[in-house]
Amino acid sequence: MKTLLSGNEAIARGAYEYGCVFATAYPGTPSTEILENIAKYKEIKSQWAPNEKVAVEVAIGAAMAGARSLCAMKHVGVNVAADPLMSFTFMEVKGGFVLVSADDPGMHSSQNEQDNRNYAKFAKMPVLDPCDSDEAKQFVGEAFNISETFHTPVMVRTTTRTSHGKGLVKLGEPIERKVSGFEKNFEKMVVLPMNARKLRVYAEERLRKLETFAENTNLNFEEPGEGRVGFITSGIAHVHLKEVLPTAPILKIGMPYPLPINKIRDFVSRFDRVIVVEELDPFIEEQILAAGISVEGKNLIPGIWELNPEIIRDVLEKENIISKKERHESQKSDAIPRPPVFCPGCPHLGIFHALKKAKAKIITGDIGCYTLAAIPPFNAMDTCVCMGASIGNAIGIEKATGSGKGIAAVIGDSTFTHSGLNGLVDAIMNNSHITIVISDNSITAMTGGQPDPRTGWDLHHRENKQMDFEIVARAMGAEHVFSVDPTDIAPTFEVVKRELEADHLSVIISQAPCVLYPKKVKRPKFFTFLDNCTACTMCSRINCQAISRSDELTDKGRNKWQINVDLCTGCGLCIQMCKFDAIRPVSGREE
Amino acid sequence: MGNTNILLVGVGGQGILLASEVMSEVFRRAGFDVKKSEVHGMAQRGGIVSSHVRFGEKVYSPMIEEGDADIMLSFELMEALRWEHYLKPDAFLATSNVRMVPPICNSGKIVYPDNTAEKLEEIRPEARILDIESTLREVGNSKVTNVIMLGVLSTILKIPEDSWLDVVKEAVPAKLVDVNLKAFTAGRAFMTKN
Repeated sequence: MKTLLSGNEAIARGAYEYGCVFATAYPGTPSTEILENIAKYKEIKSQWAPNEKVAVEVAIGAAMAGARSLCAMKHVGVNVAADPLMSFTFMEVKGGFVLVSADDPGMHSSQNEQDNRNYAKFAKMPVLDPCDSDEAKQFVGEAFNISETFHTPVMVRTTTRTSHGKGLVKLGEPIERKVSGFEKNFEKMVVLPMNARKLRVYAEERLRKLETFAENTNLNFEEPGEGRVGFITSGIAHVHLKEVLPTAPILKIGMPYPLPINKIRDFVSRFDRVIVVEELDPFIEEQILAAGISVEGKNLIPGIWELNPEIIRDVLEKENIISKKERHESQKSDAIPRPPVFCPGCPHLGIFHALKKAKAKIITGDIGCYTLAAIPPFNAMDTCVCMGASIGNAIGIEKATGSGKGIAAVIGDSTFTHSGLNGLVDAIMNNSHITIVISDNSITAMTGGQPDPRTGWDLHHRENKQMDFEIVARAMGAEHVFSVDPTDIAPTFEVVKRELEADHLSVIISQAPCVLYPKKVKRPKFFTFLDNCTACTMCSRINCQAISRSDELTDKGRNKWQINVDLCTGCGLCIQMCKFDAIRPVSGREE
Repeated sequence: MGNTNILLVGVGGQGILLASEVMSEVFRRAGFDVKKSEVHGMAQRGGIVSSHVRFGEKVYSPMIEEGDADIMLSFELMEALRWEHYLKPDAFLATSNVRMVPPICNSGKIVYPDNTAEKLEEIRPEARILDIESTLREVGNSKVTNVIMLGVLSTILKIPEDSWLDVVKEAVPAKLVDVNLKAFTAGRAFMTKN
C-alpha cells in the first residue's frame, strides 16, 4: 500500500522500518516533525535534546552501545553539533548512526543559507540526498546499512521541499531492533592523540572503500533518455528537472559524497554536454571538475535560493534544450504586504512594550518568535545572530563601549537552555552589567510547540522536572534576579526600567504561557465599546494583531479602534492601556 | 492527460494545511499520484500561507510554476490578488470575501483598499468571490473556511461527493463533524445554486 507522507514523516517511518533503536533531536524548521513522528513509534526510544550538540553526543552514545541511532536537526543545528561530529567521524562506530540535516534553501525560516553536504566532505562521511518522500524513507535504511558496513556516521540531507513536501510512499515491514551492548575499545573510542593519529589514517582508508562502494551502489543510477545533453542531478533538483523535461537522460546521484567518479566519467563521455543540476552550492560539480571531467552547472543554474521547475525551465529554454512553453505572463498584482506578526495576546508583546517604553538603548536579540520584534511595528531588536547569541553580543557591546546600562539581551526559554546559559556564565565571569531578559513562554513555540526544560513534560508528555530559571541564575552567581508577568503592564515596566538604569547585572524572567502551545489559551475575551473610544491610539501601541482601525469615526473624523473578537485571546494588555472604559469583557456585553 | 495544479492561499490560522491534507488524501484514494508542498514561515498566526497540491497520472515536482495553476482557492480576499499571477488564463478562482486587515495597516501608512474585490474582478472577470463571511455566521463556526472551500472544490472535480465526505469526517475532531459537514454542503451550494 502507498500512503501520503511528508519527507519528515517518511524519515520517521524509515527509522521505524529499518531498526532504529534510539532517536533524538532539537527542534528547528524544517526538521522538527522528524522526531515528532518518530515518537509515534513506541518501539523507538526517542527524546528531545536541549541542543544539537547534546543530541549528537547522546546519539553517539547509543551507537557506541551498539544500537542504530538517529539524530535530526536543521542545517544551522549541525554548526552547533560540529564539535562532537568532527571527532566522531574519525572513530569506528558499532551501531548505525544517521545524522539528518534539513537544509533551508531560500531561508523560509532560517537566519542563513548553507549547504550541509559540505559538512559531509569536511567530516569525511558519506551523505545521501533524497529527492522525494519515498526516497527519504529508503535512504534511512541505506544510511544505516552503509554506517554499519563501513563503520561510519552517515548524513541524510533534506531540504525544505523534501522535508515538508508530501508524496506517496510504499510502506514495508519493520526489521528487528537490536542492541549489541557497550564494549570497551580504548583504541577506537578514546580520541587521545595516540589513538586519533591512527584513526585519522583509518578515516582515509574508509573513504577509499566508500569510493568503490559509490561506483556500485544503486543509490546512483542512470535514467536513459533522449537527446545529446545529459544531466547529473541530486535531491529535489532531480524531480524539478523531470517535471520540465521528463525524457532527459540523467545520472541521478543519491550519494553526493563520495562520488562515483568512474561512473560519471563514462556518463559524461556519451553526451555533447552535461549539466549538473543541484540546489545551492556546486558541491557535485566541483568534485567532478576536480577529477578533470568537463561539466557545466552553476554557470547556468543559480547557486543561491531554492530551485524550482521554473528556474530550470528558463535555463533549458535559453540554452535551446527545450522549446519555449506558452506561459501565462500576468502581472503580479499590487497586494498590500502582510509581514509575519506576533499572535494575538502573545506574552512577548508585553515585555517588548515595556522595553520600548523604558527606552532600552540597545536590545540584542536571539532566535525565536520574539525575533519578530525586530521588524515593524515594534522595531525593538537591534541584533540577531544565532541561537544564544543575544547575551554574548550584549556583553561585547558593553565591554567595547564601556557601559552596560540600558543594554538588554532578550532570549527565550528554549534558546536560553539551548546555549544562552553559557552566555550568562560569561556575564558573571566578566562582571557584566547588562540586563538579561528571559522571555519565558515555557515552550519552543516557533517550531510548533515542542517541550523544553521549562515545560514540565517531555516528548512523550511524561512529567519531568521544570527548570527554575530564578534558582539557576542565582546559583550561577546573578544577584539581581526578578520574575515578572508581562501581561501585567505596570509592574513589568517598573522592573524593566529600574534594572535597565541600574549599574549591575540583572536577570529578568518574564513568564507567561504561549497562547497557542501546548494548547490554545481560553480566557474571557474583550471587545471595544465604540461609544467610549476617543481614537487616542493607546491600545494600538500593544501591537496586537486583534486590534485594528474601525470604520467608525470620532467627531474629529479619526478612526476609532476595534478588537476582532474572533482573534482576541483575552490577555488583557489592551484594557490596561485604555483610559476611557472603551475596552470591556465580552461576557458583560449583553447588559 | 496533464496534471491538475491546485493552489491554496490565505492567512496563517485559517486551516489551509488541513484543506490541502484532505484533498491530497482524496486524490490518493481516487488512484492518482499526488504531491503537495508548503512552507512553514516564521509566524504561527497572521502571516501569508500558500500550499501547492498537484495530482494526476505521474507528478514529479511538488511545486506549481507561476502561471500554471488550474485552480486557486483563496481564503482571504487580498491573498487572491497576491497570488493571482500563479493562475493559467482559463483557471478557476474562488475566493472568500473575508478581509483580514494586517496589523501593518495600523500605522495608517498602508491601507487595505475598499475596492479589492473590484480590482480582482477587473483582472479575473470569472473569479468567484464567495460570501464566506455570511456562511461562517450561518454555520455558526468561524474556523470552517477550509471545509467550505473543499465543498466548492468537490463540485468542479470529477470525484464522487462521498469520497470527500469520508476524508473530511476522518480529518476533523468527532465533535466538530456535524458543523464541518454543514460547511461542506454550504461550499457545494455556492457552486450549484446558480
